[in-house]
Amino acid sequence: MRLVFLISDYFLFFLFFVFLFFLIRALNNPVSRSSWKRVFYHPWGLFSILILFVYFSVALLDSVHFVTKIPSSQNNHVFYSNDAKSLLDQLIFPIGTITEKTYSAPFATTLYTKQTAEDKNGNLIRTYLPLLINKNKTHLLKTSHIIWVFVNTGIVSLLFGAILFSLITFLFSLKRKLSFLQAFKILFNPHGGFPWKTCVTTVSAILFFFSIFYLFSGDYHIFGTDKVGQDVLYEALKSIRTGILIGTLTTLVTLPFAIILGISAGYFGGWMDDGIQYIYTVLSSIPGVLLIAASVLSIQIYINNHPSYFLTMNARADLRLVILCFILGITSWTSLCRILRAETLKLRELDYVHAATLLGSSSWRIIKNHLLPNLGHLILITIVLDFSGLVLAEAVLTYVGVGVDPTTYSWGNMIDTARLELARDPVVWWPLTSAFCLMFIFILAANLFADRVRDAFNPRSTT
Amino acid sequence: MIKYLVRRLLYAIPVLLGVNLITFILFFSVNSPDDMARAYLGQKYITQATIEQWKKSHGYDLPMFYNSEVSGIAKLKETLFFKKSLSLFAFDFGQSDSGRNIGDDIRHRMFPSLAIAIPSLLLGLFLNMMVALLLVFFRNTYIETTGVILCIVLMSISGLFYIIFGQFFVAKLWRLVPISGYLSGIDGLKFLILPVLVAIFSGLGMGARWYRSLFLEEIFKDYVRTARAKGMTEHMILLKHVLRNALIPILTGVVVLIPSLFLGSLLLESFFGVPGLGSYTIDAINQQDFAIVRAMIFLGSLLYILGLVLTDFSYTLVDPRVRLE
Repeated sequence: MRLVFLISDYFLFFLFFVFLFFLIRALNNPVSRSSWKRVFYHPWGLFSILILFVYFSVALLDSVHFVTKIPSSQNNHVFYSNDAKSLLDQLIFPIGTITEKTYSAPFATTLYTKQTAEDKNGNLIRTYLPLLINKNKTHLLKTSHIIWVFVNTGIVSLLFGAILFSLITFLFSLKRKLSFLQAFKILFNPHGGFPWKTCVTTVSAILFFFSIFYLFSGDYHIFGTDKVGQDVLYEALKSIRTGILIGTLTTLVTLPFAIILGISAGYFGGWMDDGIQYIYTVLSSIPGVLLIAASVLSIQIYINNHPSYFLTMNARADLRLVILCFILGITSWTSLCRILRAETLKLRELDYVHAATLLGSSSWRIIKNHLLPNLGHLILITIVLDFSGLVLAEAVLTYVGVGVDPTTYSWGNMIDTARLELARDPVVWWPLTSAFCLMFIFILAANLFADRVRDAFNPRSTT
Repeated sequence: MIKYLVRRLLYAIPVLLGVNLITFILFFSVNSPDDMARAYLGQKYITQATIEQWKKSHGYDLPMFYNSEVSGIAKLKETLFFKKSLSLFAFDFGQSDSGRNIGDDIRHRMFPSLAIAIPSLLLGLFLNMMVALLLVFFRNTYIETTGVILCIVLMSISGLFYIIFGQFFVAKLWRLVPISGYLSGIDGLKFLILPVLVAIFSGLGMGARWYRSLFLEEIFKDYVRTARAKGMTEHMILLKHVLRNALIPILTGVVVLIPSLFLGSLLLESFFGVPGLGSYTIDAINQQDFAIVRAMIFLGSLLYILGLVLTDFSYTLVDPRVRLE
């Protein structure tokens, strides 16, 4: 086994460490710590953070790629498989490894459409073939049994939640020297304290879904299979990394442009301001999708004309994803740049900046010590607000044909291939519904989080 | 004020030049005309002669920026940049790579785009304002909290799903309207219902939340307190004072969109089979017809800049305090 790194892996881990760095800095700063507290101590805020944590963990696990050895006859020479697996594939092991012939519904035991097969006497018949995944299972579950397992898992999760909450209440009562009932009342209705109720409910719900996946993934395709027999749940899970990469890497690309150009335009003024304003007026007056389409098409033709630069299909698809992020970043820094320029113009005229100038501080020092800290909340709010839009943009761009490579797992690709399946008879609804659910939960969490962050970090907000 | 508007319009020229330069570099430097010809004719079995022939027939056989073979002003005029890019300023869109007249196409396809874009804008604006006013009217109650969460939920659904599920449920299962298609005239009304509905609902979450924040900004101002002190009822305050004052940012936010309505919506038009400019653009992207994409980029930028100028102008109309100098 040998670790391999795709280009996007480097970026994701780099982003992860940048995130950790800022997290530690934010925790050491009392002002931002109190703002973050307001995010965490709000039920929606906590809910969204927990959901986002699960999604980001999946994305990070999916970014640790390795190739396995291929057994070979030559002893002194080691061959590695061409096809990189990720840690996530290993963790969710049975999911995604068994490929059926074609469509099969969620929790089905047979294919969705009739196939021609031979019966015992050797006659050709049209029948629903059994699935590979539960072909030789002796304990083939009936529908009532599936429901029974669902209900049981639900009850266990509820019990787990209740026990966890009682445990927390017990520890809380010990710490505050209260009776159990009093402690329970405080924790159940925290009035601005840490929302343990939301925390426990969300954790139990996440646990419920994990248990369902764990219990059924060996015997069933939980979300069914798509046209080529690929497990839909696997596709939807692998798509998380693509969505997150597009959201975060694009932000990373926009930041230097927006911050450096925005602050210099606002602070130095003059010809620099004119020039930077001209650049962003030009860029923002081009319709976004068209500019992205034009760039992607050009790059695509370039890649097609120089196939020798890219070793494997995998690396090529990955490179296209990274390039897409860069293009999205270069076309979308203008709004943040405009905000930062306007705010810098305001800050520049404040007394303490004048004082610093009189004391002989260099421009760099003023920008670093006086302007940047006062722009931080604006940058944070804009990043977080734009994140969900970027993930949604991927789906639209992929539909238009200028998004990620068709071989990359992504929600956009899933929607694009599945959108005609609703027109089939009988309807194939599960690939689209799965993509919808996983995407919706993620975007919802990101939007709720953005909403809370905006409220908590906006100095003008009163609530 | 005339002077200001003229200056703004003049400033549009260097901006549009920049737009043209960017698209020109994207299309011609990253992909030389040779690459384009090869992509268009297919990779295999082509000779340099066929490439030259294709370039000649499509007018790509000129140098990029500077032609040294001719004399005088033609040195700059007989170039790709002048012929393919600067001619757009005279609204001479030329021929698409498949040989159609782009200008004619645009003129014909404008109206279906407008037929969807105008009703969705107006109805959407009305619905967004109503929902936002209701949310503000019921502020600090559970109705508001639920409403705001619902808005976030609506915002979190990709536009693609509104279209796909709308077509599936409304058109396929319930058979209320046709799935897709377009007819001009009054008979075509049934084709417009679903796209307009989808456009309204996909924008409702974002719009209502934004308008709500605009209304909330107004509601803490002094004149509202005065009105309340006079004994005015809450809904009268909202409709007579708050709505009118918040209309200023709302209207100017809408005015910037008006010129771009001509371009239509990429997704709606291609899903509903509307022969508008949006589906025209998508088809051009899919066929890699760069002449059309270039023309649409120019048109889009022009309309956007026009929208910005109109926004400034509309400020002076709705807010007497604003003077353009």
